[in-house]
Amino acid sequence: MTEYVVRFLVGGLVVSSFALLGELLRPKSFAGLFGAAPSVALATLGIAVYQHGPDYAVLQTQAMIAGAVALAVYSAVVCHVLVRARLKALPATALSLAVWLVVAFGVLTFAGAQT
Amino acid sequence: MTPIRFSPSSLKEGRWYDYVIRFALGGAATVFTGLVSNHYGAAIGGLFLALPAIFCASATLIEKHEIRRKREAGLAGGRRGQMAAALDSAGAALGALGMLAFAIVFSVTVQTSVAAAFMGASLAWLVVSVAAWHVRRKIRGARTHKKSGSAISRSRGLDRPTWIKPPSRPLR
Repeated sequence: MTEYVVRFLVGGLVVSSFALLGELLRPKSFAGLFGAAPSVALATLGIAVYQHGPDYAVLQTQAMIAGAVALAVYSAVVCHVLVRARLKALPATALSLAVWLVVAFGVLTFAGAQT
Repeated sequence: MTPIRFSPSSLKEGRWYDYVIRFALGGAATVFTGLVSNHYGAAIGGLFLALPAIFCASATLIEKHEIRRKREAGLAGGRRGQMAAALDSAGAALGALGMLAFAIVFSVTVQTSVAAAFMGASLAWLVVSVAAWHVRRKIRGARTHKKSGSAISRSRGLDRPTWIKPPSRPLR
């Protein structure tokens, strides 16, 4: 239980800090870089290294590569949906999560099959 | 081109609960990643280190702020809000390249030194993200310049009254 409380507090703090930094910066496209900051990764990997050691963190970051590829695709899809389909931000970002899931698991499966 | 700058006044647009939402979502995403890692292993858990859970809230808040600002000026602002969120997501797509660099550098260096892995990976994220943003801006700037240049030359041709002959020699 303590582990998850620590995770919540550390994760909340790191994510809020990056979000605050992004809010302070202009232009908006530059501030958007902080929307894809590895804030959850920084919080999680610190705990992972402390609990399980560096080998476990290596496995996690190798999988994170697939997640990052999916994030790039997801962000581009959200941008196009907002501009072309004229959906509001909440449905556009929420519906596009399906794209993230498909690409992330697709790249992970493909990379796993190659090794 | 707009220079990169700090805009402390934008903090005044935010409400206290915006920060609470972000803190709660950030904490929840980190707990969720931990739960997935513990139940399904490090590989599946690692995938969720790049989950855009916070992005949904950020884009929605950006849209909301933009709409509020335009309403205060007596405009609808709905479309403007969508475009602001779209700009943020375009930035996030470039930031994802930085996240890719973060993951690669961390996985390569963590077995040598944990501290160096955190510092090196964070630096890689920053350098790659900012470089990608600069490259995109240069390309867009060049395209816009080219378009506006051709538009001016076209408009010069159209705007010139037919009774005025073009100069026989270039004007100095």
